Amino acid sequence: MLQDKDRVFTNLYGQDDWRLAGALRRGVWDGTKGMIELGRDEIIERIKDSELRGRGGAGFPAGLKWSFMPKESDGRPRYLIVNADESEPGSCKDREILRNDPHRLLEGCVVAGLAMGATVCYIYIRGEFYREAERVQQAIDEAHDAGLIGKNACKSGWDCDIYVHRGAGAYICGEETALLESLEGKKGQPRLKPPFPAAVGLYGCPSTVNNVETIAVAPEILRRGAAWWTGLGRPRNTGTKIFSISGHVEQPCNVEEEMGIPLKELIETHAGGVRGGWDNLLAVIPGGSSVPLLPKSICDTVLMDFDSLQAVKSGLGTAAVIVMDKSTDVVAAIANLSHFYMHESCGQCTPCREGTGWMWRVMIRMVEGRAGIDEIDTLLDVTRQVEGHTICALGDAAAWPIQGLIRHFRPELERRILEYKTSGRVAVPAAAE
Amino acid sequence: MPKLTIDGKEIEVPGGVTVLQACELAGIEIPHFCYHERLSVAGNCRMCLVEMERAPKPIASCAMPAGEGMVIRTDTPAVKKARQGVMEFLLINHPLDCPICDQGGECDLQDQAMAYGVGHSRYEENKRAVKEKYMGPLIKTIMTRCIHCTRCVRFATEIAGVEELGLVGRGEHAEITALEKAIDSELSGNLIDVCPVGALTSKPYAFAARPWELVKTYSVDALDAVGSNIRVDTRGREVMRVLPRLHEDINEEWISDKTRYACDGLARQRLDRPYLRENGKLRPASWEEAFRAIAARLDGLDGGKIAALAGDLCDAESILALKDLMAGLGAANLDCRQDGAKLEAGARAGYLFNTTIAGIERADAVLLVGTNPRREAALVNARLRKRFLMGGFRVGLIGQPCDLSYPVDYLGAGPETLKDIAEGKGAFAEVLKGAERPMIVLGMAALARPDGAAILHLTCKLVEDFGLVSDGWNGFNVLHTAAARVAGLDLGFVPGAGGRDLAGILDGVHHGDIEVVYLLGADEIDMAGLGPNADEGAFVIYQGHHGDVGAHRADVILPGAAYTEKNGTYVNTEGRVQLGRLAAFPPGEAREDWTILRALSEVVGERLPYDNLGQLRQRLIEVNPVFAAIDQVEAAPRGGFGAFGAAGTLDPAPFAVAVENFYMTDPISRASETMAKCTEAFVLGQSGEATGTGG
Repeated sequence: MLQDKDRVFTNLYGQDDWRLAGALRRGVWDGTKGMIELGRDEIIERIKDSELRGRGGAGFPAGLKWSFMPKESDGRPRYLIVNADESEPGSCKDREILRNDPHRLLEGCVVAGLAMGATVCYIYIRGEFYREAERVQQAIDEAHDAGLIGKNACKSGWDCDIYVHRGAGAYICGEETALLESLEGKKGQPRLKPPFPAAVGLYGCPSTVNNVETIAVAPEILRRGAAWWTGLGRPRNTGTKIFSISGHVEQPCNVEEEMGIPLKELIETHAGGVRGGWDNLLAVIPGGSSVPLLPKSICDTVLMDFDSLQAVKSGLGTAAVIVMDKSTDVVAAIANLSHFYMHESCGQCTPCREGTGWMWRVMIRMVEGRAGIDEIDTLLDVTRQVEGHTICALGDAAAWPIQGLIRHFRPELERRILEYKTSGRVAVPAAAE
Repeated sequence: MPKLTIDGKEIEVPGGVTVLQACELAGIEIPHFCYHERLSVAGNCRMCLVEMERAPKPIASCAMPAGEGMVIRTDTPAVKKARQGVMEFLLINHPLDCPICDQGGECDLQDQAMAYGVGHSRYEENKRAVKEKYMGPLIKTIMTRCIHCTRCVRFATEIAGVEELGLVGRGEHAEITALEKAIDSELSGNLIDVCPVGALTSKPYAFAARPWELVKTYSVDALDAVGSNIRVDTRGREVMRVLPRLHEDINEEWISDKTRYACDGLARQRLDRPYLRENGKLRPASWEEAFRAIAARLDGLDGGKIAALAGDLCDAESILALKDLMAGLGAANLDCRQDGAKLEAGARAGYLFNTTIAGIERADAVLLVGTNPRREAALVNARLRKRFLMGGFRVGLIGQPCDLSYPVDYLGAGPETLKDIAEGKGAFAEVLKGAERPMIVLGMAALARPDGAAILHLTCKLVEDFGLVSDGWNGFNVLHTAAARVAGLDLGFVPGAGGRDLAGILDGVHHGDIEVVYLLGADEIDMAGLGPNADEGAFVIYQGHHGDVGAHRADVILPGAAYTEKNGTYVNTEGRVQLGRLAAFPPGEAREDWTILRALSEVVGERLPYDNLGQLRQRLIEVNPVFAAIDQVEAAPRGGFGAFGAAGTLDPAPFAVAVENFYMTDPISRASETMAKCTEAFVLGQSGEATGTGG
């Protein structure tokens, strides 16, 4: 269990003042000038040493990502974009940072901006986070007035301007290139990669998009040293992480914990346990809606970090733990997610546009059992045809939950189909949506 | 020059190509829908997925730059499966209405479904239906068939320069729409060609024919002076449609809407038999009667009283035959400049688009004088836009302000502005001076006015002073609007010694000095100038294919062939000699034009010395050797460029508009129902079909 001294987000629950005064009291903006003076290469080196992995879902090493920004300037401006379009069902960690600890994020923007040579930073906030955007804006104003950002930020000679941009509520705008399109004022549709944003990003200039949490923890790592960070968690899965625990637990919550904490411990320690006791657990979606669910048998032992969850064919994602007890209609739950992905598909590329709707339509029949046994394999095959064939990862995200369901709950699907057949109900064609 | 391995075969490809292009260079076909080599890469259809070594997922080959040492596999089971998957996804919501789809038989989706599909569907849900969209009188939409490749959106925004199409909605509800507005672009017909499925089809051609019923003839367009390469599709005698044919130096793979859609005019208002005017009324006649009537009128008439005008759609052969006939009759009153453009039939460089259309891409500044290329030569304008999109291109415009689909520096309306620039005044003079390869384009609005010669002269001075002509570069351009004009000038169809030009001829008619006027498809002059009838004006012989103004005034009508109905030679504004080919026979008793003149020459006793097309073409080459070089443009020699026109005073009046209505410029397009609808929608601004509530 994470000790209080190792917590980064000391105002996660908003019990303390979120404004500059409170932030200063909690140690934010402490020695920022010194960090800036470390210089670009040193910062990147230290972040690399810390093995910090991106907190937005994919878990890409942050230091490596920062190092992709061109070393020499070719005259184009560079941009740091903070992805605060937190829309993954189940995930609600960035929101707490935005509203309770905005200065930690701003400090991170200055430091990360320097590490990639970006003097302008945009914070792209999900449209629904109206109050959060207001707070971040107030925090920016405070920091500006205090000389912490803007020209000669923290009296270091480095310029760093931070702007807030509010999205309009499309899930896909959380995908980094769709976010860039949206930021440019266009329809949020993912771009093709290559070119990667580090080469051609916002307005055609080198850009890096990072999750709120990634940026917010960076200054703390520099302050306390990479060794402190690697001392937490497990190799390649270092540090702390905010877990968002929701669903059938006694006390749904956000909690900062060490990476690699056992799932069972996480739920029982911080969320008051599964409703009705651990044995009442049916399944857990460990990393936000887009990762495959895990049945209880795996949940008993699995550790909550990138590699451990990957080993059981799931993922840490945004570490949004969705707990489902035995009262859950697990097929309906996944069908609900299928509907979400169908609704949020941008419609740009074929497999996702057509496949998400197809999968959802089969899934709602599966809920009732109004399908053939062979359709389970057809559905699985359709998910495989969507997975990896799309421009962005939304196709994968739509495919994985269903794959997880079939992997772990095939008997349940078969049971429903057989039950429907023997119930004497006649399959009636569903009206098209 | 990256070297990569494709299916075990090593190949070196030019730098900057994509994996898809590299595969094609290696002779491997990659199926695709959204990729189009002239449009930006969208990468959204996912049909072109291939495997790349060390890539965790299959890659979209259309979007991946070919890199050194890449190992690409296109023949693995995974690739096959991915293609089948994408094909299946495309088809689940695509209606299987191929039997009633106009794209059937020439549909990318159909072809690729045959080659890469699985042959059956596992999709048991209901299919999606999408509401039709209104896109104007030319484009029919069946949006349920749309596969969202966005080629149309990219064509409209990039090539046509009109941001009128877009993809709205998301996911399954994504739809292509023009927001119920007719697509106001002279290139909109190409949307049909770029659409890989039957979502956008030709409205006038709807349900008219099947591609396999059509006979395809490769020809050239004669409705403007660009000389776009076209394919004429005919069924029996009827021209069903006109499609573009690839010519990189002229039209690439686009054609203008007039070129494409005016073909229904070929079936209307046709002159299909000779007519004679008796007692003020035209009556059908036989060829013999018509010829005898002409011979009787010409009998004993002094050549000085005979005049001939060649129209805008004439082929070079008939122009030459008429010229030879007139020479035999001793007539020197010839003119092929119906608009009175002050161009001379002297050195070719003086009346050609010397830079060439493809050469525009090398230019870095252009001054447009008295021209609206968008209306006068839509494909030249498309090339100017293409050059603009490449960056570092300044366009100055003198004349009527107009939207050319790219930004212009509007400099002024009349010759005074040109004079200022010639004298080095103003910012644009600096642009021209500073440009490495500047060009100037003189439109007909600048030349077809009384001071046209002076403007030409002034322009020549500007060309010399600003160094628009140098070794390997000729920036002096005349933008013609008539397909027959350059051939007419090349063949010297201008007043001979002592002869009269158009104004002189009309004046002569007025004073009774000209008694017979031979109109070879000449419909653009003011017929009132020929007098109300043969007694109070000239005896008018009209040879042509449409019952337009010329035929209305005529005393004898000789029915000729339209450009799709004869083997004719045309010279485009660049001076490129091209062959048009007979796609369908002329209707009724109408004949190919040069044969009419040949037959008439016999009757009037001035037999022309050629009995077949071969001999006539030999004669063409004798008169001007340029006709021997088909589809070639000679670089204008540096030394050959001198002064054209004549010094004179400039009229400060602003330049007029050469082409008022892009959709109706000649007898064929004026007879076209489709062009009338376009005129209504785009020129008069009445779009009635938009809501369907207009009754």
